[in-house]
Amino acid sequence: MNTDHFSQAIRTAAETGKPLRIRGGDSKDFYGQALAGDVLDTRGYAGIVDYEPTELVITARCGTPLAAIEAELARHKQMLAFEPPHFGADATVGGMVASGIAGPRRAAQGLYYGSVRDHVLGVKLMNGEGEALAFGGTVMKNVAGYDVSRVIAGSLGTLGLILDVSLKVLPCPVASRSLRLALNEAMALSKLCEWGGQPLPIGASAWHDGELCLRLEGADAAVKSAAARLGGEAVPQAEADTYWQGLREQTDGFFAGDAPLWRLSVPATAPAITLPGKELIEWGGAQRWFKTGAPEAALRAAAKQAGGHATLFRAGHAGKDMLSVFTPLEPVQARLQRNLKQAFDPRGIFNPGRLYREF
Amino acid sequence: MNAPADLSPQVPAVDFARQSAVVARLHAFMPAAQVLSADEDTRPYECDGLSAYRQLPMVVALPDTEAQVSRILATCYEMGVPVVPRGAGTGLSGGALPMGDGVLLSLAKFNKIVAIDHAARTARVQPGVRNLAISEAVAHLGLYYAPDPSSQIACSIGGNVAENSGGVHCLKYGLTVHNVLKVRGYTIQGELVEFGGTALDAPGYDLLALVIGSEGMLAVTTEVTVKLVPKPEKAQVILASFDNLEKAGNAVAAVIAAGIIPAGLEMMDKPATAAVEQFVHAGYDLEAEAILLCESDGTPEEVAEEIARMEAVLSQSGATRFSVSSSEAERLRAWSGRKAAFPAVGRISPDYYCMDGTIPRKSLGEILLFISQLEKKYGLRCPNVFHAGDGNLHPLILFNANDPDELHRTEEFAAEVLEKCVALGGTITGEHGVGIEKINQMCVQFRPGELAAFRALKAAFDEKGLLNPSKNIPSLHRCAEFGRMHVHGGALPHPELPRF
Repeated sequence: MNTDHFSQAIRTAAETGKPLRIRGGDSKDFYGQALAGDVLDTRGYAGIVDYEPTELVITARCGTPLAAIEAELARHKQMLAFEPPHFGADATVGGMVASGIAGPRRAAQGLYYGSVRDHVLGVKLMNGEGEALAFGGTVMKNVAGYDVSRVIAGSLGTLGLILDVSLKVLPCPVASRSLRLALNEAMALSKLCEWGGQPLPIGASAWHDGELCLRLEGADAAVKSAAARLGGEAVPQAEADTYWQGLREQTDGFFAGDAPLWRLSVPATAPAITLPGKELIEWGGAQRWFKTGAPEAALRAAAKQAGGHATLFRAGHAGKDMLSVFTPLEPVQARLQRNLKQAFDPRGIFNPGRLYREF
Repeated sequence: MNAPADLSPQVPAVDFARQSAVVARLHAFMPAAQVLSADEDTRPYECDGLSAYRQLPMVVALPDTEAQVSRILATCYEMGVPVVPRGAGTGLSGGALPMGDGVLLSLAKFNKIVAIDHAARTARVQPGVRNLAISEAVAHLGLYYAPDPSSQIACSIGGNVAENSGGVHCLKYGLTVHNVLKVRGYTIQGELVEFGGTALDAPGYDLLALVIGSEGMLAVTTEVTVKLVPKPEKAQVILASFDNLEKAGNAVAAVIAAGIIPAGLEMMDKPATAAVEQFVHAGYDLEAEAILLCESDGTPEEVAEEIARMEAVLSQSGATRFSVSSSEAERLRAWSGRKAAFPAVGRISPDYYCMDGTIPRKSLGEILLFISQLEKKYGLRCPNVFHAGDGNLHPLILFNANDPDELHRTEEFAAEVLEKCVALGGTITGEHGVGIEKINQMCVQFRPGELAAFRALKAAFDEKGLLNPSKNIPSLHRCAEFGRMHVHGGALPHPELPRF
């Protein structure tokens, strides 16, 4: 499939100094700082390039619908283990990698799951001169050169246009069942930490309003014995599926309303954080969502105090033009990150200001 | 490999005036015993685990505080002196090969476990701490550090970070990059910088992922925070024999196709099995053309379920014999041979050369056939051990380094294998790193635009190009010369010599 129209658009942008705003299915435009530039639509460049289930790798073009990839994997009982949110029917794999957002299974125990970057094996990237460059590859272990492909995950399209991406895939768990336990926040956090140190097949966890929900995943026998040990109330499968899907896609009632949505990423051991509004905890305590109208400074201070950082995930009624979406960087970090952007996109044409307004 | 100093770069004799100037500057803040410059003192640092390349460093610095690391770097930055960081010196690609006009920065004194956080399941350790020492220190908590390179008894975590080391369990538990939360270090300018953090997904670009595996070329690591995981309650290994290599390769694919991610999945061919059996007496099947080690770990119920599924798949795949470990002692005995493969091979040959290419698993049969043809072409034997689960090959070419022609043939043999790995869609190095050893093959794997991007990335961290320069990323000049040599039939001796 031809990529000439991309290189043409990029060269024109470079010559005219008019930046490009890379867009797939328009499902994550809400994320990051304000958008700027002419839209470069990736959806025409779509399709699965290669997928061999026994290699545990899928390679797809950036405009491929995420839903199409997940459907193909499901036919072979495999999955993108980090459970990426779609946030819209048209979400593409390119946008998924660029946003770097993972879902409920991010902090699962046992078999290594992890985040988007943990599953990126290779990317083909078009740089600011319209030249296609290949980094990484399709194998699990690869230490030739710098690991550029993992850095592309979460870079919000600011380092170049992702053309193709190769992702590690994993078998779907054989068994899954969900439980619900009545626990207050402090107890839930303490239990999650305690269980985290034990070989339990906890695939996802979420606490909200006095209830902790756990999803156990893995071998049938392991799930059964863990369920018996942890107790609580079994959640019927259909209800459980809806619940986890609602967290993944932020369609759950918790996310409704126009108040800003903040994501605090903190060590799982951080004590309960008190802020106005409502809270939902995921990832064994490592991800804490706040639906709150509290000022930015309060969120940043709370995150810092807990040893983590805060992201204005959805600005809601607050708007974000005057706010920093991501936690401001220390001076040395800021210099290195600016230099990295400069190295890949010297003319500043890819999604300028989307990650940090300064670059 | 324990070959003599035959492939070492040729650099001009030491510039004594420069050496004295650097020593004097370092002595201003470090005791004399921590700054070495006499040949007899710097000799132990002339090579790492790849001893075919040797070079005396101009100066060796042995800091024991971060403040010293910072000042050494700032001083070298100011004076324009290259710095090569070094951990335990077990690396197999010459990544810590010193420079004759540079400072070798040894992190050996940074050997303390700073803190263990039981609740958070993390350990904060200095880079000189050995990989296995971390797991030993937290064993009483029921935790361990998952990546387990075969050299884990000796290799240090700083080196693991530099190379993004794997191990026999990484298919299931991930590589170094999946198990390190945070790296604290210093830029070439001597500034403190932290990558990643104990909270997930640090803001901005994921520089942690970039620093891991960067072969000490972006920053100097002074502290690493690793993730600890609960030790599985139980582990069992299946030893399966196959009467041909292709069947064994297909069995690996069949296990994965069945939806199983084994804790370990390793393969040895007949010559490798024979070499290790006489060394460790693990009870391997000496008749088999290939043996697979297939491990399951988890709760007792989980292991029982998975072992039953693995047995079914392996037997359907044509295993001629298999046995399941019935005790921990038996399991460890089954692994002892695989873990001791390198020293065992060292006993049957004066020298061996270990390769590290990775290929898509489906090409296993093809690469093995290719290697057996090269054995004939070059008149050298090459037993094979693989991390079969992730396609990472460790063919071991046996040779005698005292025979210059054998060494030369070995180099050519290895280069052909690595280039074949690239042609099959794989990579020249899965876990040992490029270092100085595979720098020419980088020109095969990457095109000029990609190498230029790597160089720009390096400059983003180290504009003057002082931190471990000349490793990992070849110059365009070098590739041009290498390419030309290829066109002309590779007739030049020792093409790995840096000529530019």
